[in-house]
Amino acid sequence: MKLDKNIIFKNWLILIAIVLLSVAPFMMNNYWIDVFFFFGIYALLGLSLNIVLGEVGLFDLGHVAFMAIGAYTTAILNTKFGIPIIILLPVSALAAAGFAWLVCSPIIHLRGDYLCIVTIGMGEIVRLTLINNPFGITGGPNGVFGIDFPSLGNIFMIDNSTEFYFLIWIVVGLTILALINLQRSRIGRAWNCIREDEIAAESTGIDVRYYKLLAFILGAGLAGVAGNIYASKLMIVSPESFTFMESCMLFCIVLIGGMGSIPGVLIGAAAISLFPEVFRTFAQYRMLIFGAAMVIMMVFRPGGIWPRKRGAVEFKSLLLKAGRDNV
Amino acid sequence: MFKDNSVNMEMSVDTNKINENINSDKKEALETQELTKRFGGLIAVNNFDLKVNQGEISSLIGPNGAGKTTVFNVVTGIYQPDGGRVIFKGEDLAGNKPHQIVAKGIARTFQNIRLFSNMTCLENVMSGQHCRGSAGVWSSVFKSSYQKGEENRIREEAERRLHQVGLWKFRDELAKNIAYGSQRMLEIARALASNPDLLILDEPSSGLNDKESEDLMKFLKIVLKEDLTILLIEHDMNVVMGISDWVTVMDEGKKIAGGLPEDIYHNPLVIEAYLGKEEGEEL
Repeated sequence: MKLDKNIIFKNWLILIAIVLLSVAPFMMNNYWIDVFFFFGIYALLGLSLNIVLGEVGLFDLGHVAFMAIGAYTTAILNTKFGIPIIILLPVSALAAAGFAWLVCSPIIHLRGDYLCIVTIGMGEIVRLTLINNPFGITGGPNGVFGIDFPSLGNIFMIDNSTEFYFLIWIVVGLTILALINLQRSRIGRAWNCIREDEIAAESTGIDVRYYKLLAFILGAGLAGVAGNIYASKLMIVSPESFTFMESCMLFCIVLIGGMGSIPGVLIGAAAISLFPEVFRTFAQYRMLIFGAAMVIMMVFRPGGIWPRKRGAVEFKSLLLKAGRDNV
Repeated sequence: MFKDNSVNMEMSVDTNKINENINSDKKEALETQELTKRFGGLIAVNNFDLKVNQGEISSLIGPNGAGKTTVFNVVTGIYQPDGGRVIFKGEDLAGNKPHQIVAKGIARTFQNIRLFSNMTCLENVMSGQHCRGSAGVWSSVFKSSYQKGEENRIREEAERRLHQVGLWKFRDELAKNIAYGSQRMLEIARALASNPDLLILDEPSSGLNDKESEDLMKFLKIVLKEDLTILLIEHDMNVVMGISDWVTVMDEGKKIAGGLPEDIYHNPLVIEAYLGKEEGEEL
């Protein structure tokens, strides 16, 4: 009975969230629509890091590098060759995923803090490479500008804040659906097993190396999608958008919300993107408040604000249906 | 005194030979030939021969530090052997990774229980079925009918195993929350969920009370009927004597005896390995 209530509560919450998000842009000014757009970008990035950090427990502190690869792929191919942004969406995802495969293959066996250090290095190398303008394609510190809006011929064009808002939130929504299905599949379970105990996972028949790499590739692909949308929204990409601090922010999103929890990631993304806006009046004190809030949260809710609950909600018995229950 | 001892030894060698002959009629599920594993200058396993017959419960016993767990870790692929071979169903296992060896049909448990603590008991057992499935990312994301069917199969098998070990009532509890004895049974259920041909248990009775370990041994006798072979590690001789069909004794990385439980029980070499020589004998 208690569980049924839980499901009803959850369904209502999801419904309310969807309704609120779809009417929100018609009740806000452009400034707040843009704030919510960046909430969406952070949510997408948080979801992508959640695969690596939350589901598999791999400390990835260079995740923004994958977004940078996606954003620069979009920017360069669009400005140099005029390829439409929409077509570049999967291309950016593939570029970021391919980069992740290339870079992470040799370091995938590293554990915990060692992996953390290497990913920080990876993130910095990507940023410094972009600044140094290799082959004259990344535009150095100025970056690449003049990126098109997403459009499909004359049929439609996404060129204002409201449309971008819907673009990002539709992508986030589809991503959430896909990730929920993944969480409840053998792949999601394999990821969680690796997070819990790597040696036991390997001895239970899970190819640890494969599934870790898969997490990195999927996470990077999603970050590449976020990079594509980000680049077309801002119309400019520059290396300073992809600093180490951004990776830390993404890390915080997953930790605040609760590792491996999709609603948690949304809460974390809201905290990171909306909090500074709400407390804008406090100006220079807001980072102080933010830091204090994080410390307090980590003391009282170390598992995150909305940790993933496991249990009967996800598993309905097959044998129960057949009447073979003997509890 | 010395003379006495040597006579005893000869006798034990004779019974060993007879036993080996009985043994050779049966089909071997697992065999190690001159297995050697070194850690730096230490030889943990030294030219070790082990035979495990199909459909039997075999035990590997020896005092603490004899190298039993190292043998297990080599067989299950966690360590690569420095010499010798591990043959399972007529195939050399060398070079395989642990998850490949599980897929070939060897499942194991650990001496210090290693469960996925923050996952439910049912999920723990379902993970044992992982290597019997093949649904990839796309079919999982789009929930293809193939993936759904496979997922149902995995869940049915996991539920069957949970019923089998009597932990069905804990299916939605996190693995870390259930009692120690139940955790051990859950680990065995997880190993069984991969439908192994050979089940390797590393000191399954450690940390259990007499009643629990007796129940465990009864349970093993029952699952043995499912076309299974079981290899046990124990340092406590009394636990395995009752249920083993064959006992191999190991000390300081070497095999010192192998035979039927009652022969091993009276083998002076084994008694010496466990208790040391009697004071009178050393004179």
